[in-house]
Amino acid sequence: MAWVQTLIDACYFLAALLFILGLKRMSSPRTARDGIVWAGFGMLLAVIATLFLPDMENRGLIIGAVLIGVAAAWWSGRRVAMTAMPQMVALYNGMGGGAAAAIGASELISHVGGLAVANGVVAPNTYPLAPESWSPLHGIATVIAPLSPVALALGVLGALIGSVSFSGSLIAFAKLQGWMDRRFVFPGQRVVNMLVLAAAVVVGVMIATGHLSLPLIGAFFVLALLFGLLMTLPIGGADMPVVISLYNAFTGLAVAFEGYVLNNEAMIIAGMVVGAAGTLLTQLMAKAMNRSLGNVLFGSFGAASGAAAQEIGGSQKPIEAADAAVMMAYAERVVIVPGYGMAVAQAQHKVWEFAQLLLARGVKVKFAIHPVAGRMPGHMNVLLAEAGVPYDLIVDMEDINPEFPATDVALVIGANDVVNPLAKTDPSSPIYGMPILDVADAKQVIVVKRGKGTGFAGIENALFYADNARMLYGDGQAAAGQLVSQIKALDS
Amino acid sequence: MLDGFLALYIFMLAAFTGYEIIARVPVILHTPLMSGSNFIHGIVLVGAMIALGHARTPFEMCIGFVGVLLGAGNAAGGYVVTERMLEMFKTSKPGKDSGGAK
Repeated sequence: MAWVQTLIDACYFLAALLFILGLKRMSSPRTARDGIVWAGFGMLLAVIATLFLPDMENRGLIIGAVLIGVAAAWWSGRRVAMTAMPQMVALYNGMGGGAAAAIGASELISHVGGLAVANGVVAPNTYPLAPESWSPLHGIATVIAPLSPVALALGVLGALIGSVSFSGSLIAFAKLQGWMDRRFVFPGQRVVNMLVLAAAVVVGVMIATGHLSLPLIGAFFVLALLFGLLMTLPIGGADMPVVISLYNAFTGLAVAFEGYVLNNEAMIIAGMVVGAAGTLLTQLMAKAMNRSLGNVLFGSFGAASGAAAQEIGGSQKPIEAADAAVMMAYAERVVIVPGYGMAVAQAQHKVWEFAQLLLARGVKVKFAIHPVAGRMPGHMNVLLAEAGVPYDLIVDMEDINPEFPATDVALVIGANDVVNPLAKTDPSSPIYGMPILDVADAKQVIVVKRGKGTGFAGIENALFYADNARMLYGDGQAAAGQLVSQIKALDS
Repeated sequence: MLDGFLALYIFMLAAFTGYEIIARVPVILHTPLMSGSNFIHGIVLVGAMIALGHARTPFEMCIGFVGVLLGAGNAAGGYVVTERMLEMFKTSKPGKDSGGAK
């Protein structure tokens, strides 16, 4: 049966290779779509190979659980709206963390009896957990090889990180889904958080040094889950993409550590690659939002809650599409600020058609892109490029901001938090300090928006109440279509 | 099979690989990549399957079962979501002249 094991190992190797190549392809827009397919093949290969591992029991249960999990996730992932993508990523990531924690738990629990016997006689170089039939020393399937100290420590660490990622991601999901109050803070929160973490680490160290008992293991997981919960509660919605990315890296690490415990190289490589890539990605995203990671985790979001939110005076003033079209048709400079709302409404083609009509009339049109426009960093550039918007009309935040005072009309379509002046003026605002597009400096601002609700971060937008702002209510696609037909009506 | 230092080498090289792959990525791909790497750590499913396959007591089987459920959700959900996101990167009109994009 040795060839079966060789074949399975080859499958794992191929899976790891496909993961790395897939991730590599995903890092370039041209090849990104193949990348996920390659990685998908790798996953399929690894899962099928695992079913044929020689010493596996409960195969029926395994297949049942896989089918249920895949069906539920596939169904939910297919039908969820594009707007809800960030929380779905959080949810699936949390599930991965939970799975890693479950692996850690089952490994620890299955060694509760065994380790006491083996404790002290474990040589440093013992295989972490040699599955019985792989090792000539263990002919009988009921004998459990003791965990080496390294495997035990990594198993505990992986379980800790996985648990934190699990409960933290679920909170992130609940927040983005709007199921939870946006921020939850209480005095001394940081101290409490640190104490919980310290307690979890102490219990973890006790387990890792051989005090393996069910009550300790139970307490360990409760503390770890509690810490993930407490750590995420005070963080506001606008910072969630960074936090989700961080938990993504956490889950990767947890998977790599549990992979060491299970002696599974595919898990080690895939987990470690994701751990490193996720850490870097987290830093890059935090940088794109002009915040440090420490600031996101412990920064103004928790601290600023004491101050009362700034009062916003005035009212939102609606405008008709016809008036908006005329205003822009006779303007000299128009800046279009697209946001996620535009992407959701798939309005980019209509918006570009409208911009072309303006250009034909001699209006100078530019597109202004915020670094985190639409909560998917950089998503906007691609959408515009796909619609055919020339590269030189798309301007970054730093370059366009000085031009707003000389702009006649700024057309904000589906963007909200990235144009909110409160980020500059209100220290108590959760988005305070985030760089924004200064559209309020334009002579006139027209905001295309579906309704009167607040944005992604759940904060009122002072821009909508500004004297020079007019609201054009409606779906992005429909509103852009109206603008197009109104401009055409002017010409005929 | 995996003694201490060999594992350490694997950890190190894999971490370096992950870092290098992402290092020069354009901002536009940050979110899809986050989702894609989220899918890749769905390999945890394999570990959960092994854990359930080695479970002996009903309690261990329960934990293993939940682990496999969660792992399968991670893998399948991560794949679907990433694929849907990357679909947006498909050029709808191949060969279309995109102006000054050069």
